[in-house]
Amino acid sequence: MERSSRDYALWTIAIALVVIFALIPVLWLISISLKPPEALTDQKFIPSDVSFDNYKSLFEGGIDDSPFIKPLINSIGIALITTAISIVLASFCAYAIARLEFPGKRVILAGALAIAMFPPISTVGPLFDMWRALGLYDTWLGLIIPYLTFSLPLAIYVLVAFFREIPWELEQAAQVDGATPFQAFTKVIVPLAAPGVFTAAILVFIFCWNDFLFAISLTSSDASRTVPAALAFFTGESSFTAPTGSIAAAAVVVTVPIIVFVLIFQRRIVAGLTAGAVKG
Amino acid sequence: MSEIVLDGVTKTFADGFEAVKDMDLDIQDGEFMILVGPSGCGKSTALRMIAGLEDISSGEVKIGGETVNDRSPKDRDIAMVFQNYALYPHMTVRENMGFALKLAGVDKSEIDKKVEEAARTLDLEQHLDRRPANLSGGQRQRVAMGRAIVRDPKAFLMDEPLSNLDAKLRVQMRTEVAKLQSKLETTTVYVTHDQTEAMTLGDRVAVMRAGALQQVGTPAELYDNPVNLFVAGFIGSPAMNFMPGEINGGKLKLPIGEVDLDKLDVEGRRDGQVIVGLRPENFEDVEVIGDLKEERGITFEAEIDLVESLGSDLYAYFHIESEGVQSDQLADIVEESLDETGAGEIREGHEQIVARLDPTSKVKRRETAQLWADTAKLHLFDPENGESLRQAAKERA
Repeated sequence: MERSSRDYALWTIAIALVVIFALIPVLWLISISLKPPEALTDQKFIPSDVSFDNYKSLFEGGIDDSPFIKPLINSIGIALITTAISIVLASFCAYAIARLEFPGKRVILAGALAIAMFPPISTVGPLFDMWRALGLYDTWLGLIIPYLTFSLPLAIYVLVAFFREIPWELEQAAQVDGATPFQAFTKVIVPLAAPGVFTAAILVFIFCWNDFLFAISLTSSDASRTVPAALAFFTGESSFTAPTGSIAAAAVVVTVPIIVFVLIFQRRIVAGLTAGAVKG
Repeated sequence: MSEIVLDGVTKTFADGFEAVKDMDLDIQDGEFMILVGPSGCGKSTALRMIAGLEDISSGEVKIGGETVNDRSPKDRDIAMVFQNYALYPHMTVRENMGFALKLAGVDKSEIDKKVEEAARTLDLEQHLDRRPANLSGGQRQRVAMGRAIVRDPKAFLMDEPLSNLDAKLRVQMRTEVAKLQSKLETTTVYVTHDQTEAMTLGDRVAVMRAGALQQVGTPAELYDNPVNLFVAGFIGSPAMNFMPGEINGGKLKLPIGEVDLDKLDVEGRRDGQVIVGLRPENFEDVEVIGDLKEERGITFEAEIDLVESLGSDLYAYFHIESEGVQSDQLADIVEESLDETGAGEIREGHEQIVARLDPTSKVKRRETAQLWADTAKLHLFDPENGESLRQAAKERA
């Protein structure tokens, strides 16, 4: 008993250290975003007077003049579309790989892995030229395509691992219970696969949401520029003030949806709904 | 009427492996039929072909007089209990049990009624709104049974339903399954590798080996008149003892003595080698039986290696000097028991014999005892093909 309570204490300390290490930059960011420009360098962790001016400035001027609203819409749109397409395609692919024996199965998995390992920077140059020639430069589609390329292998890997864990005997049990193959799929397999699909979807969404490389290289205007790229083009109030405060505020704003997403779905991700399906 | 008939059913897998070979089996309406055999003997494949989860390569399966070869599982009106229960983890016990009825479009009040009725039968009433993950092994097993019985199907198919339970619970569930089946009188096909389960549960038992049906009969028939070495060695616990014998001019010579063949209904009676089997309970301590030894049987001396006293029984282990018995049918069984117990003893030139003696017997370890063997109960087998040489077994086959 003594041993385990000591272990518990050590683990608590270790976890606390990791959490502090991970959270301090975020808290710092929030602190900066709440300071007025003149207090930025006051070396105080907790702002002496809290102001929301930085946040207000992000949305000032409505959709046309704000440097932030249009990129935010681009980010949300591009990430959601990519996630949807990627998950649908990856589900089909992973289902086949997990369930069926077919020639070329290993090649597909190896190919997916190879693409995931491929350094994205080496594709940027050619893509830039190709997209300009094809008219895809600075469009949503121009970003969605490379995002799909790199997110599909990720989604396929996550889903294959997950689908393999599903006890397929349940499908047979459902068939004996009188279900058509389609009913067995929708009423038994889909509910069990849902946590895996959510996990993959969140990973893909975060990948698209965070990308800077493609966003900065393949866009030139607010027509398709996403938030991470747009942050680089923020300007200060005058040409002599750095836009640190508004960048911090924007960073906080784009972090919030991810946190909300993960908090909502984390229970579904971790739950491991399959527990108790078969002997445990 | 919902008898199940297998007519020349064969299953050949894509790689050419024949899992089930030309199987003929008539299961009568309301009968409890057990398919038993060592792992890999094709018993589960046979069951899955009846369920429709496995295609039939050739032959015909009939349920209630209709050929069902080309029907999908849902159109066969059968319920199946899987080895690992296959409960739907995202549904409550109530939903699990009512799932089949819901698919069949039965209205809600009717489903509730039937589910509650089944829950009462299985003592699951207080668990109806829990998820399978929160149930114990025995409770999950009962839910799996409940899912089958609410349907009132033509037949129950059970694939080793008790093998995931611990030993005590298994014995308890065994009697419950038997009670349930005799109450419902639904045709049941039950697959198991455990011969004790087979003997205690079944109206009839079908013994399989390497995809082929060996013998079908009541537990008593299989026990008393096994048609071949495999059935003889597989049925019964502790297993039948085997020793080599030689027929010479009307006499059967055994390592423990000599028997007059006239007393045995042996067919043919050619001179030569045979394999002789004798069950443990057909031995007795000479001091215990008294007069009976004069009427039939032989007495011999044996040095006892080990005595296991269970209170009601006493097992004495001894060995006889012999070349040992060679048969691939027996090798199958030995392999199986090695897999299961992880123990096994093979000594060159010795044949281990188990005798079940009266508990009042005074035999002791490392002492020589006078034992008696009931030779009327001897089983004789052809060493070439393993078939029984006794008339009674021949007639059953």
